[in-house]
Amino acid sequence: MAARVQVPAKAKKGEIVEVRILIQHPMETGYRLDDVGHPIKRNVITLLSCRYNGVEVFRADLSSGIAANPYIQFYTVADRSGEIEFTWIDDEGKPGSERQSIEVAA
Amino acid sequence: MRRLALAALLVAAAAAAQERAIPLEKLKSGSTFLGDDLRSLQDDDFANPGLLWVERGEKLWSEPAGRTKQSCASCHQDARSTMRGVAARYPKIDAESGRLLDLEGRINLCRARRMGAEPFKYESEELLALTAYVARQSKGMPMDVSIRGAARPRFDAGEKAYHLRRGQMNLSCAHCHEANWGKRLLSETISQGHPNGYPVYRMEWQTLGSLERRLRACLSGIRAEMLPYGSPEYLDLELYLAWRAQGLPIETPGVRR
Amino acid sequence: MKRRAFLAGLGGLALAPGALAQGEALDPRAAAVAKGAPVRKGRVRITLPQLADNGNSVPIKIEVDSPMTATDYVKSIHLYSERNPVTNMANFYLGPRSGKAEIDSRVRLAGSQKVTAVAALSDGTFWYDVAAIVVTLSACLDES
Repeated sequence: MAARVQVPAKAKKGEIVEVRILIQHPMETGYRLDDVGHPIKRNVITLLSCRYNGVEVFRADLSSGIAANPYIQFYTVADRSGEIEFTWIDDEGKPGSERQSIEVAA
Repeated sequence: MRRLALAALLVAAAAAAQERAIPLEKLKSGSTFLGDDLRSLQDDDFANPGLLWVERGEKLWSEPAGRTKQSCASCHQDARSTMRGVAARYPKIDAESGRLLDLEGRINLCRARRMGAEPFKYESEELLALTAYVARQSKGMPMDVSIRGAARPRFDAGEKAYHLRRGQMNLSCAHCHEANWGKRLLSETISQGHPNGYPVYRMEWQTLGSLERRLRACLSGIRAEMLPYGSPEYLDLELYLAWRAQGLPIETPGVRR
Repeated sequence: MKRRAFLAGLGGLALAPGALAQGEALDPRAAAVAKGAPVRKGRVRITLPQLADNGNSVPIKIEVDSPMTATDYVKSIHLYSERNPVTNMANFYLGPRSGKAEIDSRVRLAGSQKVTAVAALSDGTFWYDVAAIVVTLSACLDES
């Protein structure tokens, strides 16, 4: 699953930084019909988690109410240099992950 | 001799001077007909969903494929320089085969001819990604196709197709996009129907899609039969549309309703 | 006698304090997250366009007025749709490490409706906001 994560490359310790993620996923609602009139099975990302150096700093339960190719932006406090890592899972059990490094100056 | 040359010049001038229903200075890209939200989404270099495909295209560019196990990069190296300006000149006649090709067709022709690789299917993730990646390298550059030589009869066919009434509603492209652009159709404002953002992330599709798909969507909208993907009539229309949009900057990946 | 008492009673109702305007009343399906605790209007602000470009993808911003310190922070924000087939659209879980209680996302809205956000705070209180949006259908059918 393609995904993009954006965090500032550099931040000061204690600074509130913007974190953005865009994931390629159809977020199939389960209410659409295919060409011959059969319902297309629901497949949405149900859980998204963000860990900063291994500690969860953000989590989301998602549903078909979130648009296709989901976009989420939130904030976290720049703590130490390291990795901001996202993991997620969809209805089909397919996992995804994407990460970005952040450099935090004291 | 001089009279003959002068006569030939006049004929050539008449053929070249093609009348435009919307003059060049009045051209407006599809993005000007969007609401503020979708316009700023298109301009967002992170959140524009089409960029997910552009990134995939960048990876595919360097992936070896086919009998020769070459990649696009094997011949074309860095797309950021070698592909710059390419999308602005398509659709174009392929000198070797005489075929009129859009970018998708050119990518598949290269795969067959140079890589011995299978063509990508229409609207496949791979073809969309590569087309978006290549077109993105021309972002901001003005559309500038040629309708001279072998392209001319295809252009003429495209112009006819554009003005042909079709379907249950008996409408031609011109009825909406020439005679009534800027007016409201239900809650939407009709655009001039230009192709400079393609492939686009269309909200109705919730995914990236090609110009050919958009033409099919228009046909279904006027309750006309959708021609199969790859029909020569689509290429004729794409060439006419590209000429019609001369000077508009490439915006790939565009965001549209 | 009876009619005068009845009319006087009506007058009393009209002046009842804390009567909310009908449009801002809390959807009971959204209130359920508080499990019976009171949910007050305020501190939460939803930013949603008045008119959607397309119901498939509508930008939404939810902000909660909170210092986000270790002892005073937003635990979670819950998003509800009035008319979608799935009422609970999303839940977002924050904490003291968030710094700021603000979420931006893009949602699907099945027609014109109200969207409600309920925030659960670390002090056990619940707060909400409601926003209305008009969503129109696409002009042309698309079977491409």
